[in-house]
Amino acid sequence: MSIITALWALGILALIFGAVLGYAAIRFKVDSDPLVEQIDEILPQTQCGQCGYPGCRPYAEAIANGDDINKCPPGGDATIKKLADLMGVEAKPLDAAQTPAVKRVAFIREDECIGCTKCIQACPVDAIVGASKQMHTVIVDECTGCDLCVEPCPVDCIDMVPLASSIERWKWDLKAIPVKVLES
Amino acid sequence: MPTLFQQIQAGKVWDFHGGIHPPSRKERTNQKPVALLDIPDRLYIPLRQHIGVPGKVLVKVGDRVLKGQALTQADNAMAVPVHAPTSGTVLAIELHTSAHPSSLAEPTLVLAPDGMDEWRPRRPLDPDQVDIYTLLERIQESGISGMGGAGFPTHIKVNVKQPVDYLIINAVECEPYITADDMLMQERASDIIAGIEILVKLLSPKAVLIGIEDDKPIAAASLKAAIGQKDNYFVREVPTKYPSGGEKQLIQLLTNKEVPAGRRPLDIGIVMQNVGTAFAIAQAVLDDIPLIHRVVTVAGETLAQQQNVLALIGTPVSDLLNACGFQAEPQQRIIIGGPMMGFAIADWSVPVVKTTNCILAPTENELGAASDEMDCIRCGACADACPASLLPQQLLWYSKAKDQDKLAEYNLSDCIECGACAYVCPSEIPLVHYYRVAKADIRETQREALKAEQAKARFDARTERLERDKQERLERNQQLAAQRVAQQQASGQATQSAAAVQQALERTQQQNAQPLDKEQIIAERERKKAEALAYQQQKQQAVTSAPVADDAATPAEDPRKAAIAAALARAKAKKQAEALPEVAAEPAPAEAPAADADAKKAAVAAAIARAKAKKLSQQEPEAAVEPAPAEAPASDVDAKKAAVAAAIARAKAKKLTQQEPEAAVEPASVETPAPDVDAKKAAVAAAIARAKAKKLAEQAQVQQIEPAPAAEVTEPVAAPAESAPEQDAKKAAIAAAIARAKAKKQQNSEPL
Repeated sequence: MSIITALWALGILALIFGAVLGYAAIRFKVDSDPLVEQIDEILPQTQCGQCGYPGCRPYAEAIANGDDINKCPPGGDATIKKLADLMGVEAKPLDAAQTPAVKRVAFIREDECIGCTKCIQACPVDAIVGASKQMHTVIVDECTGCDLCVEPCPVDCIDMVPLASSIERWKWDLKAIPVKVLES
Repeated sequence: MPTLFQQIQAGKVWDFHGGIHPPSRKERTNQKPVALLDIPDRLYIPLRQHIGVPGKVLVKVGDRVLKGQALTQADNAMAVPVHAPTSGTVLAIELHTSAHPSSLAEPTLVLAPDGMDEWRPRRPLDPDQVDIYTLLERIQESGISGMGGAGFPTHIKVNVKQPVDYLIINAVECEPYITADDMLMQERASDIIAGIEILVKLLSPKAVLIGIEDDKPIAAASLKAAIGQKDNYFVREVPTKYPSGGEKQLIQLLTNKEVPAGRRPLDIGIVMQNVGTAFAIAQAVLDDIPLIHRVVTVAGETLAQQQNVLALIGTPVSDLLNACGFQAEPQQRIIIGGPMMGFAIADWSVPVVKTTNCILAPTENELGAASDEMDCIRCGACADACPASLLPQQLLWYSKAKDQDKLAEYNLSDCIECGACAYVCPSEIPLVHYYRVAKADIRETQREALKAEQAKARFDARTERLERDKQERLERNQQLAAQRVAQQQASGQATQSAAAVQQALERTQQQNAQPLDKEQIIAERERKKAEALAYQQQKQQAVTSAPVADDAATPAEDPRKAAIAAALARAKAKKQAEALPEVAAEPAPAEAPAADADAKKAAVAAAIARAKAKKLSQQEPEAAVEPAPAEAPASDVDAKKAAVAAAIARAKAKKLTQQEPEAAVEPASVETPAPDVDAKKAAVAAAIARAKAKKLAEQAQVQQIEPAPAAEVTEPVAAPAESAPEQDAKKAAIAAAIARAKAKKQQNSEPL
């Protein structure tokens, strides 16, 4: 007799919880895929296309659909690590050639520029100004260092130069301050 | 329970967590008067000596400047100008090693003093007579930024909207060695109080609290004497402990309030100014002396004379040291700032700037070099010493791991980098270095995140723009295509009417030509007409598929077949027409001896005959022209080909009219099996050829019409160049190129 009561009680409880869970699944349903957004946040947004996709967001979508996480040279190991954490997969070494250790920006040797506008068309973030048959130049602050303008230049007048260090960007070296004051 | 203000009035001083007691070593310099130095040979004046942006340079190389003259102009709220510390000539504006731990080069104005020390005109202000905006403007124009260390522009800090409870004057000067503020207070206490009064006018605080460490009794006494009987000025002596001069620590000491993380003191109604800043404000307002000099402590056992000096801004450190009897050791370290928070410099030509309060030239025994770092033993001494109540050992752990999330969680941003943790560490770990590196990394990450966001925005904007451009181009092309079709239709009608006109013209021409030898020509014409008619009748019977006449009448029946038939018929007609003149020409030579200039006449006659034959063939093609357009809409490809052929034909016709006087082209092989290649094409080509011939006939008085092009036009795209007469290959090439270009354009426009 008592076992039947227990079964009833458990059965009713199961029904209640099932109903609650079922309601919650509908009520708190997540509409869009937040994973793509999260991946896109991690990617460096250089829009360089070195991953083989036309921009960072398409690559984010590809990762969400199971592509490798190690195709982003501008992001480097830090990005791969974050993606590995997010996706719950193992971090792999970078797929492409070695990441340049320093931040670089494009620089146009302006007296060699013939004004062909090819680099302007290649720049994914509109960081090159100029007009046809006029000298072009790079807006350093907007350049993401994606290298995409180097290839199209017919006269090879674009260099990737390391970003000049400034006081704002400088990082401390470890030998700067004494701190120890010896007791005399 | 007394209120906070009552407690403050009662003289209560609170305490803050942690802190250390390093040997102060202030007695070496705090008894000696501030020394005045000779004007150095060169002054290196960095254009930016504060937190913010540099001003706009007002002088150029070679200019003579007067003492106190502004060298830059503040064109921005975050900019403060720099001034010439003495009169002299601007030698250069170039990059020079900055007074910054990085030793990176910054834009610097190099001044060669002329020794005259000649002042610009000065306009002292009476703070009681002017409004606060004039005062703020004067403070900014005088280049005053915080002189305690950070160098925040003072005019921003004192231009407040919300009410201020307490103005705290920081006279603590807690770092070892440094006595610059101490000596300033001892010597210029009344000026400092005058500066504080100006600040009070700007801020209207409830009370002024002057915090001073209890190891400066003379300075405290001087201040108290200068204050006299003023209400709500309180000099509070705080126990000597490092770092009680930190902004947040001093606020806690004097008011028992804590500044919330990430907020400013102003948010809890407090403004703090350094005592040196108050003095600079007094000088700027009352004497119109901009910030061109400051008191600097020059100390260290390598110096014969350890003392405070009044140094001009821009004086190289080496000059200051030499003036104090400097004997360099091997591997001598020169430190700007105190031993706790200062930084070593490699280049001794670094100038004194507005925030430089101390230059140390210690011996190796005096300040030990960094020893070998050992592993953290988790003793917790650093946590006990931390004045910000952080957990330095955890921060070290996460700094090494570069775990920025955890660093934020453990409030790295609240670290004031005082170095107390490193000072107490038994493992000699330079903790504060790790934090500085970690902070720089975090700043870099934030900057990159911001940049990534901007890049993304720009990328999105660009993508959108390209898409829009593409759409616009598409619409434009469609419009143009529609226009072109309309034009073609219009011109097609025009050619038909032109054809009628041409026929009429031809007829009149022939009539004009007839009088030459009327009977003969008429006879010939009659005969030819008869023959042609007979031939046509024969042909109609012969062609089984569809009679030409019917075909012309009912083109809609079967346009394609009709076109083929028409083409065949035309070809045959032409062949016959060609053959006929030969027959006709035979009698002509026979008659020739009889009449003079008969050869000529004969030629003319033959030409006329040919023309007529063509006319005949034209009349029926008239019908064939119709099938072609009828077909055109049927399939796009056909329309395209037709258009191409038409374009080429037009080009050719034009060229021919240009060169036509000497154009004596033999009647080409009309029988080139046009129908075999492509009946449709043939129809179109034939139509074009006819159009051309008509035009020629119209323009040419010499009636040497050749059906030549007709054959080649059948393969217009393949070999347009061949169609050109041999005489003028170049023109032909040009025409062909134009035709190709046209064809291409049409091809391009149509897929869109």
